[in-house]
Amino acid sequence: MAEVKIFERPKSMTDVSTHYCPGCTHGIVHRLVAEVIDELGIQEKTVGVAPVGCAVLLYNYINTDMYEAAHGRAPAVATGCKRVRPDLTVFTYQGDGDLASIGAAEIVHAANRGENITVIFINNAIYGMTGGQMAPTTLLKQRTTTCPFGRDPKANGYPIRVAEMLATLEAPGYIARVTVARPKYVIKTKEAIKKAFQTQIDGKGFSLVEVLSTCPTNWGMRPTEALKWLEENMIPYYPLGEFKLPN
Amino acid sequence: MPKGRVEVLEEKCKSCGLCVEACPNKVLKISDRINSKGYRPAEQFKEGCVACKMCAMMCPDVAIEVYRVES
Ligand SMILES: Cc1ncc(C[n+]2csc(CCOP(=O)(O)OP(=O)(O)O)c2C)c(N)n1
Ligand code: SF4
Ligand code: SF4
Ligand code: SF4
Ligand SMILES: [Mg+2]
Repeated sequence: MAEVKIFERPKSMTDVSTHYCPGCTHGIVHRLVAEVIDELGIQEKTVGVAPVGCAVLLYNYINTDMYEAAHGRAPAVATGCKRVRPDLTVFTYQGDGDLASIGAAEIVHAANRGENITVIFINNAIYGMTGGQMAPTTLLKQRTTTCPFGRDPKANGYPIRVAEMLATLEAPGYIARVTVARPKYVIKTKEAIKKAFQTQIDGKGFSLVEVLSTCPTNWGMRPTEALKWLEENMIPYYPLGEFKLPN
Repeated sequence: MPKGRVEVLEEKCKSCGLCVEACPNKVLKISDRINSKGYRPAEQFKEGCVACKMCAMMCPDVAIEVYRVES
């Protein structure tokens, strides 16, 4: 009887153990990005831009050239890199605080200009790194340290559907929302990330994949409970799907 | 059904339990051992793995390697 290894760490991931909390889904998405880079054979031609947020140390984990951007400014850094070196594949990886709060201007205008970059957007409905404050994506009634009685639309507005909002723009090539709540969704997430990178490689403009994710620590749940909560509460408000396809 | 086996890289595991939950055949559990970070690593505790990779797909720490047994 012979054995064949059918699953192992992708080459575009370093062997470093992450600093993430147990069960945090950032690690799943890192792995998918690395697998896609491997499958497209672009490790030597890829540049990533890390955010401020829990994924701030992304450059320790993804084994490609990497930048670290100021909070929210990853799409601007990626714009500069891609314009100077259009032969490279350039991606950002950003949380919801980073992308939809402080970086709201940068993401909207990079998308509106149709910059030929790829954005991996981690929507975990909270600021993870800083201890669980409300994000623009925090759900109504969801409790955080800055809305301890639950998000109230009168005081805090409504959760922003970033994928749909950016899909109203003319220029973007590919925009999708996916999740990693179960293996079947993980498979779809990888397909979407691959399509997004392919959109860039084909020169079809801005691409973004929003990944509904968990923050078990600041949600105050076990990792398995957090996935369930995501499925029951986030997916109904943030529908999965492709909102824009390259033509 | 294909036959398989998984290996948990114990030093990478953070005992989150996502693999245990994901396995359709319930052949994984959290062990009694403790790794150098203080976590109890997951382990395959019985036969019945079908090499479906669902555990590995859910592992945030890429701590699982999956093998298919070819007969
Ligand atoms: C200019 C500036 N303002 C505020 C902060 C504090 N800060 C660090 S991370 C963060 C938000 C992180 O949340 P998110 O982007 O959702 O990432 P997550 O940790 O949830 O993955 C904030 C506000 C900062 N580092 N720099
Ligand atoms: S604080 Fe939340 S987002 Fe940050 S590593 Fe922990 S679980 Fe993940
Ligand atoms: S490969 Fe499938 S059957 Fe085997 S341990 Fe993992 S989830 Fe269970
Ligand atoms: S999913 Fe990974 S880190 Fe979590 S318990 Fe299983 S092997 Fe360990
Ligand atoms: Mg966040």
